[in-house]
Amino acid sequence: MSSGDVDSPPAPVGPKPTPTPAQLFRAFTHLALQGFGGVLPVAQRELVEKRQWVARDDFLAMLSLAQVLPGPNVINLALMIGDRFAGTRGALAALAGILGAPLVLVLVLAIAVQQVQHWPFVIGALRGMGVVAAGLVVATALKLGQGLRSNALGRFWSAALLATATVAVALLQWPLVGVVLGLGAAACWAAWLKGAAEDTGA
Amino acid sequence: MDTSSWTTLALGAAGFDAAQWWQLFGHFALLSLLAVGGAMTTAPDMHRYVVHQHGWLTDAQFAASVALAQAAPGPNVLFVAVIGFNVAGLAGALATLTGTLLPSTTLALAIARWGRKNERSRALRAFNTGMAPITIGLLLATGWVLMRPSGGQLAALALAAATVLLMMRTKISPVWLMAGGALVGAAGFV
Repeated sequence: MSSGDVDSPPAPVGPKPTPTPAQLFRAFTHLALQGFGGVLPVAQRELVEKRQWVARDDFLAMLSLAQVLPGPNVINLALMIGDRFAGTRGALAALAGILGAPLVLVLVLAIAVQQVQHWPFVIGALRGMGVVAAGLVVATALKLGQGLRSNALGRFWSAALLATATVAVALLQWPLVGVVLGLGAAACWAAWLKGAAEDTGA
Repeated sequence: MDTSSWTTLALGAAGFDAAQWWQLFGHFALLSLLAVGGAMTTAPDMHRYVVHQHGWLTDAQFAASVALAQAAPGPNVLFVAVIGFNVAGLAGALATLTGTLLPSTTLALAIARWGRKNERSRALRAFNTGMAPITIGLLLATGWVLMRPSGGQLAALALAAATVLLMMRTKISPVWLMAGGALVGAAGFV
């Protein structure tokens, strides 16, 4: 997170973006079709950095809500972003964009791949792509995490919460729902108290 | 394509009646509301239902469906569509995908709207502040989990590290990074 990094701008510059449902559909189709292994890193790249439709911290806030809610994170995120700009039509446009073309593609591939799935180089390629997918997710985490430097809970507690969540889910393999609800409740409670301290000027 | 090929495309090789369609749709709709963190968290129960309870798919077909959707571009939730397709053609894909998405998207939209109306509320600010580090932690956990199949091989770690560096320091599209990963893997380095 040094000065050599490509910027994840904290706030969009210039006039407020107002994409139409059609633009939302095209944008989400465009980014979904680049999303090999997962759409989230591409979504962050496109929406926060390139088009600057969403501020980095807004993206993180929406992702947090998307994760806590049932359903695929990136789908919930698309809904929220589409809805924010163009209401229900925007939400549906974003949903159609992120799912439509990929759905057609994946069904075509399902028919085609039955012929080649046993070829060794296909297995190897899938493995390599899995590793890159891991790297993309970690990079996205690091970019979105830049905002943690100014988190109201302070750097120590942010880091502690972050590390606990990672270890609990990845290493200890505790159920996701439990970690999100338990750790989340504690973190939000602490943040609520912090908010009280700020409000009263303590 | 002849008539029977179209029928197979629409309904799958084994045929499928309306009652079964509603069963499939219903079960996936139920799982939709439990899928905190994504549809993948409920995949074990999808597996139990489709493979063990109904015998509509084999273990291998299920795993292959998941792997295909992950490799293909687009949201990984499309693995449910591949599962549905393998069970009962396009009708099956429709059942699983709409079942998986309808309940959760309705809920998500409603709550997001509430959130936007109450943006300045202290509760929502506390939520954003508290959840931010946890969300980042969960993303890192996902990255970790995705690395597990490579078993800590040095070459895999190097490839992952290179990916992180290139994403952070350059504007190279993830598509090229994926292509690179496919080549490295196909060549047998990871």
